[in-house]
This record gives sequence, C-alpha cells and structure tokens, in this order.
Amino acid sequence: MTPTDLANPSKFLALAARVLPWLAALTAVLLAIGLYQSATAPDDYQQGATVKIMFIHVPNAWLSMFVWAVMSVAALGTLVWRHPLADVAAKAAAPIGAAFTFLALVTGSLWGRPMWGTYWEWDARLTSVLILFLMYLGLMALWRAVEDPSRAARAAAVLTLVGAINLPIIKFSVDWWNTLHQPASVFRAGGSTLDRAFLVPLLVMGLAFTFLFVTLHLAAMRNEILRRRVRSLQMMQASQKAA
Amino acid sequence: MTALGALIRRDIKIALRVGGGALIGVLFFLTVVVLMPFAVGPDLKLLARLGPAILWLGALLASLLTLDRLFLADHDDGSLDLIAMARTPLEFSCAAKALAHWLAAGLPLIVATPVLGLLLNLDLQATAAVALTLLAGTPALTFTGMIGAALAVTLHRGGLLLAVLVLPLSIPVLIFGVAASDAAIGGPQSFGAPFAILCALSLVSLVVGPLAAAASIRHGLD
Repeated sequence: MTPTDLANPSKFLALAARVLPWLAALTAVLLAIGLYQSATAPDDYQQGATVKIMFIHVPNAWLSMFVWAVMSVAALGTLVWRHPLADVAAKAAAPIGAAFTFLALVTGSLWGRPMWGTYWEWDARLTSVLILFLMYLGLMALWRAVEDPSRAARAAAVLTLVGAINLPIIKFSVDWWNTLHQPASVFRAGGSTLDRAFLVPLLVMGLAFTFLFVTLHLAAMRNEILRRRVRSLQMMQASQKAA
Repeated sequence: MTALGALIRRDIKIALRVGGGALIGVLFFLTVVVLMPFAVGPDLKLLARLGPAILWLGALLASLLTLDRLFLADHDDGSLDLIAMARTPLEFSCAAKALAHWLAAGLPLIVATPVLGLLLNLDLQATAAVALTLLAGTPALTFTGMIGAALAVTLHRGGLLLAVLVLPLSIPVLIFGVAASDAAIGGPQSFGAPFAILCALSLVSLVVGPLAAAASIRHGLD
C-alpha cells in the first residue's frame, strides 16, 4: 500500500473503512486511560483541583496548531505534488482544527477566571490563538465560497501556507513578549519543568487527542469523497435531464 | 522594466480617474476619523490619547476598502488574463500593481494625516510619528491585502470574504504601528523596536505578497 495507491479515492475509502474501527477503539482506550490519570492526579499546591483543566486545555491547544501544520502539508501536496486527495485532506481538517482552537480558547477562558481573575486578557498568546481561530473560520469560508472544489482547493492551499506564519508566532509568543499566559513548560530547551505526576497524564491526553484527530480526520475525508461523488452524480443527472 | 513601468503608470492613471479617484480613500479616512469623536465623546485629552489608534484604524479600513479594486476591474475585462500570460513574471506584475495601488491610495492617506491629527488634538510630534509609522506600515497593508484580493478576485460577491481573509494578516501591522506611535509620543517603550519590526513586516510582505497573489491568480484563472 504505497502513497500512490492512497491517491486512488476508492482504495482510500476501502482502507479507511478497514482502519477506522481500530483507530476509534484505540482513541477510546487512550482517552479512558488519560481521563482516569487526570482524575487521579494530585492537586496542585497553589491551584488545587483547578489545575486539572490543563489536561483538557493543553491538548486542545497543541492540536489546534498541529491541525494547521497538517493542512499546510496537505496544501503543499495540492500545489507542489498535485496529490489527488491532498485537497480532500485539507478541506476535511479545517472544521476539526477550528473546533480544537475554539475549545482551547473556551477551556483556557474558564481556567483563567479562577486563576487570573479574568475570562480574557489581550496578551500575546491569547491574541495570536484568537487570530488563528479567525483564520480557520476564514479558510472554511473560502472553501465554501468557490463552487468547484478543485479550484477552491488551490486558493485555500495558498491561504493555508500564508497563515502558517502564525504557528511559530503562537509558540514563541510567550518568550518574545511579557505575557500573562505562562511560558513554555513542556516543549522547551532544557526539558520539561512539569512534575512527572502531571506530565504523564498530560502526554497521554495529548496522544489521545492526536488519535482523536486522526480518527475524525479520516472519517471526514471519507465523507468529503462521498460528498463529491454525490455532487458529480447530481450534475450528471441534471445534464441528462437537460439533454 | 518598461513593461512594469507601463503597468504602474496605467494603474495609477486608472486609480486616479475611475471610481471617485484616489481621493475617495482619503474621504473615507476623513469620515472614519470624524465618526470617532461622536462615538468616544469630545474630550480632547482622551482623543489625543486615542489619536494614533484612531488614525491607524482609519487608514487600515480605508486601504481595505480600496483593495478589491486591485484586480477586479482587470479580471472583468480580461486584462488579468493578458497580464498573467505576458512574458513578465506574474509575481513582478502583481508587485507593480500593488506599488501603483499604494502610490495612488496609500500615499494620499499619509498626506492627509496631519490635517486629521488636528481634528484629534494631536501635537506636531505625535502627528509626525503617526505619519512616519503609516509610511512604513501601509506598504505592508497593501501587499498583504493583495493576497486576499487575489484570492477573492474570482468570486462574484467576494468583498466581505476579502475583508475576513485580510484582517487577521493585518493585525500585526496595526499592533506595531500603534505601539511605535504611542512610544514616540511619550511612553516607556522605545520607538525603535516596534518601528523596526513594522519595517520588517513591510519588507517581508513585499516578497510574500506578490508570490502568494501570483500563485492565487494562476490557480484561479484556469
């Protein structure tokens, strides 16, 4: 099963049908383990039990950036390698990424109220993630604005690559500016500063969310391929009626 | 070189003569700046403090509204196809059109800034600072806005979508423009750092904008 095999939509659908139940089961297992570990993690000496929002908030934030990176690779696949399913992958990923970004903003806001005393603050990290959310919505609007999916794909690919500049800005915003959001404590030079009791559940939840994205993405790609087939059939039917 | 020069001259002539001319952008800038005191209140000290932000917002919105003129007229009468097929690389043609657009629509905004600064009770130093940051930042607005204009050119009612696509990319320019202006007026921060980043944003958009716009036009036209 080479990548060129995967370019065939029918073969891709067959592969997706075989793989999806296993991916879904693996996601469920990882989520169960992660949630159990999060629930039994100790309370923080300063934040108390509220620290456990971190186990939901941080994986959502990681995934929001990861999905844009995946879409950027798909955009390169559309523009550079002309892979037939690259635009399907990009279109299917956008709403999922927007959902992760929205959840990251909402859970962060709910965490900020007890911790910082405010639901929102215009600091660098929150502002750049909000801009990422707006860019996701703009990208979804662009996909739906052009009738022909393959022409929409090329426009959306350009916008995805231009918007990828936001990812390093988000990641390093807490280093470049004096922000309310705390600096990096997991992915930083010199290793993580989180205690193992918090780091392990966090990484397990991160892995679970990643598999959740892969499962949802494959299912969404399958839906998009079927949607395009329906559209082709409708157009054939309409032209036959006219003839 | 002469092909690009001809393109710039043509675009400037069209921008100055058609659709209300270049001054329509200045008129919109004036309208926005005049509206602000009605919303904020006539307190002169408050207006002086908000002055750089109001001027920057007005310039951003004025350049946003003139952006769809960049490619739309050419797309409608077919000249965009000819420009795309010409021997001059499409990236240079897009850069030339954006330069012409900035000269015809961006520069008048900067020239109008001192007059509008009077309306907002800005002193000479503040007005000069805002005008300087606008001079450094409006190229970034034009060249990144060109990306949205190129993406939306093939859509029929793409005006609002253009704004939604362009605004997130313009936010850094706005942030650093206002930061530099406020720093020059009298703030704890230095003027040099935000101003340098503003110039850097303009320089980066000079490269990225034409590349992305040319790619969008090329893919959108076939």
